[in-house]
Amino acid sequence: MKKYLAIFLLLIVGFYLIQAFNLVPFGENRIGNVEDESTVGAFYLKNTVPKTSVANVVTAIVVNYRGFDTLGEVTVLFLATTGLGSILFRKRKHGEEEERVLKESSQLVRIGSRLLFPFIALLGIYVFIHGHLTPGGGFQGGAIIATGFLLMLVAYKNYRLGHGTLTWVESFAGITFAGIGMWGLITGGTFLENNAFSGLGNVNDLISGGVIPIIYIAVGLKVAAELTGVLDILLNIKPNKN
Amino acid sequence: MFGDYQNVVTMSVYGSAIALILIGLYGVLIKKHLMKIVIGLSVVDSGVNLMFVAIGYIKGGTAPIFSPSVIDKNVQMVDPVPQALVLTAIVIGFAVTAVALSLVIRLYKHHKTARIDQIKSLKW
Repeated sequence: MKKYLAIFLLLIVGFYLIQAFNLVPFGENRIGNVEDESTVGAFYLKNTVPKTSVANVVTAIVVNYRGFDTLGEVTVLFLATTGLGSILFRKRKHGEEEERVLKESSQLVRIGSRLLFPFIALLGIYVFIHGHLTPGGGFQGGAIIATGFLLMLVAYKNYRLGHGTLTWVESFAGITFAGIGMWGLITGGTFLENNAFSGLGNVNDLISGGVIPIIYIAVGLKVAAELTGVLDILLNIKPNKN
Repeated sequence: MFGDYQNVVTMSVYGSAIALILIGLYGVLIKKHLMKIVIGLSVVDSGVNLMFVAIGYIKGGTAPIFSPSVIDKNVQMVDPVPQALVLTAIVIGFAVTAVALSLVIRLYKHHKTARIDQIKSLKW
């Protein structure tokens, strides 16, 4: 009975969703002429390269135009990790060994993971260092690095991560982000001023775009540390024994 | 054979966004197991993200990246704003899922079950 009621409600929701989508034709040019700057999207497409000399417009929006929002987003990630830790963390009793939920993997998986891990980490670092030139960026690169750590955590039963190191990396990256933002204020500009340190450089150079690459590297390290921390906490839950 | 090609593409992209949203909502409404409810929330998340990106798409547009091959060539690019918003939304979705999962684990440890119809203290 409840099921049919739910399906009925979902049909209503679906009907109105379809009606709404009928008003938004797929693939239509909604940003208007880029030269006119009549919409936000056109403004970004026109001004990103001349004003920030960053090739990837999405990166410019995320890190620079909406950089304050990204700072908040990174804070949300930090809060999620901290919340997860405070909800699940249990102090070990004296002499009690930390025990992972998973079983030990076979040798093939272990050796394969160890061989693959450096390359996954390298790919992640590549993705966030080139965040302003190619698709990708700090969040994506951080997620890739965390995938590598997940592989190691799954393959090795006794793979230990230094929580101190993770916390340090995370805090350092967060302070770098906020500090670069404050530096803009100190030098007389705005918060997250783009050319606070040096010039903007040429488009499509590795070192270009002012503070954007530095911030995205910091974001990448922070996301990698936080995601790895979340995975480690979730994998280290002790089964209830009492 | 399929009528208008454009129509088919529209149907498939918007249709999968709507389908994902509805499937996720169905899971949240009907399923009793908390893990399945969290999965439902994630599915809704994916549907909404797909919807955002699909709305920002412009026919024939390329990714909004001024790489050396397209710079100064006046190429039509898709709207970058929804993509930046979705990047934020994905990260927030991850955070929400992680915290929700940890709460599920705590509930499971406390009640020895993760089915909401068997957790007695929810009833009054």
